[in-house]
Amino acid sequence: MADTVRQSPRPISRTLANAFLVGAVLIAVLPLLLVAVNTFKPHASIVANPLSLPTSFDFSNFARAWRGGNFGVGLVNSLLLSGTTVVLTLVCASLAAVALARQHIAGWKLVTIYFLCATTVPIQLFLFPLYFVFARLGLVGNFAATGVVLTAINLPVAIFLLRAYVISIPREIDDAAFMDGANSWQTFRYILLPLMQPGLITVAIIVFLNSWNEFLITSTFQKGRDNVTMTLGYLSMNGTYATDQGAMMAGAFILVAPIVVFFLVMQRYFVSGMSAGAVKG
Amino acid sequence: MALRRDRAHYLFLAPALVISLSIVLVPALLTFGAAFTLWDGVSAPHFTGLSNFSAIAADPVLWIAIGNNIQWTLIFLTIPMAIALVAASVLLGRSRSAAVFQVIFLLPYVLSPVANAVIWQNIIFSPVSGVVSFISRTLIPLQSPLANPDTALYAVAAVDIWHFWGYLTVIFFAAMRQTPTDQLEAAFLEGANGWQVFRFVTLPNIMPTLGLMLVLVTIFSFLTFDYVYLITQGGPARATEILSTYAYKFAFTSFQVGKAAAVALIMSFFGLLASIAYVALSRSSIER
Repeated sequence: MADTVRQSPRPISRTLANAFLVGAVLIAVLPLLLVAVNTFKPHASIVANPLSLPTSFDFSNFARAWRGGNFGVGLVNSLLLSGTTVVLTLVCASLAAVALARQHIAGWKLVTIYFLCATTVPIQLFLFPLYFVFARLGLVGNFAATGVVLTAINLPVAIFLLRAYVISIPREIDDAAFMDGANSWQTFRYILLPLMQPGLITVAIIVFLNSWNEFLITSTFQKGRDNVTMTLGYLSMNGTYATDQGAMMAGAFILVAPIVVFFLVMQRYFVSGMSAGAVKG
Repeated sequence: MALRRDRAHYLFLAPALVISLSIVLVPALLTFGAAFTLWDGVSAPHFTGLSNFSAIAADPVLWIAIGNNIQWTLIFLTIPMAIALVAASVLLGRSRSAAVFQVIFLLPYVLSPVANAVIWQNIIFSPVSGVVSFISRTLIPLQSPLANPDTALYAVAAVDIWHFWGYLTVIFFAAMRQTPTDQLEAAFLEGANGWQVFRFVTLPNIMPTLGLMLVLVTIFSFLTFDYVYLITQGGPARATEILSTYAYKFAFTSFQVGKAAAVALIMSFFGLLASIAYVALSRSSIER
């Protein structure tokens, strides 16, 4: 482990490193702290000095932001859209990951390369025809249809992460199950799926955050005031609420705070998934 | 180990493949076709050969967009890379607190581009309510950097870098931690200083990851959309126009879907070059 190594023995470089870390932490959180500080201030006092601390705690900003950002509707739509995407991605990706990891089918290599290419394909390459076909079919604004699009985008990463988990499960385990008379579905359902559980949680968290935060697809396909998500509702405030920065900051707080809490609770899975997905030896 | 043929695995693959083919591959082929047609998205497209390509090649905005994309790529291949390498190296000596720092650095990365963009626009860059306006009134006169064509691209890039560098830090840190401990100890025993250890031990060990990130950053720099579209929509005076915003406006503002498809193909060509490198770098992990 790395903690057996003592690095930077010289005090000067140690001080520099500490200064760097303090600066980096400040830069990372300062814009968010500014939101928190200005959430309770009226517009005039934000304009006068955005860096000052609030002198009183006024919760009316939140009420105006909640209405202005259409957050009640947005919360339901965001949950429906992200929920659809997570469930659909987990089901499709876990099955595909087993098929690709175990290589029992002809063409597994071709399919693997296809999904690898799909991780880097630009959304613009398929967005325009897809939108006009969806519009023709009356699917624009339909959270389930948009969820299928977001699933397609999240699938490659989900498959590769889960495939790595399946590869780490010894093949002897499936072979033993096969000898005992289990069919492929039973092997998947009762043996591989439980062993993939940490991977499933990681993928669920990453896909949930991706789809909750997604902008290009969501803003294109979720048109209409009844179909806005949390983020789109907040975006619609931008500009029209330029003279009510108190509400803008409260809206940002409503949008950001739950995700910050969610991330802090789940960070262990998120960080391990990111590292596993990108570090190649 | 004998490979056991298993027909059920075709069914396992089917849902993922059907979704991906119908949402990504088939529309991508349609885009390819649409690029050679005059199409408004609603009425029937009709074939016009290369006219979309010659029209956009004659449009100076295309070249501005490509120039901005190249500039964006150069910015992202240097600044966040450098910050993340330093940050990851610094974290390496702090195994106990590293987890906490990683989480803090990742906060902007896990928030939505909408939240990040709107926060920066309003509380930092705004000439009325932002920190910029406050500094402008109290210290030195400042214009919002977003309003000035000379600085707008850098201002948007600053927001995107702020959101992105933590991700790179976590990736580099994970790679650096795999550096064999005996190599590090040997280097220190021989009296190498921090820079020499980084240059001759850590850096060669993370080379595969670094290469992969350089390729991914190049790809994503050519496809970048969210922060630019949200913060400036390509303005002021096309100063932040990039290929993706240029294509998006063709499709959804002027309904010239054929031209949008043509720009999408140009974007994909740049992406494809980087993708080939990406697939080549990932080959070892497919082969196992």
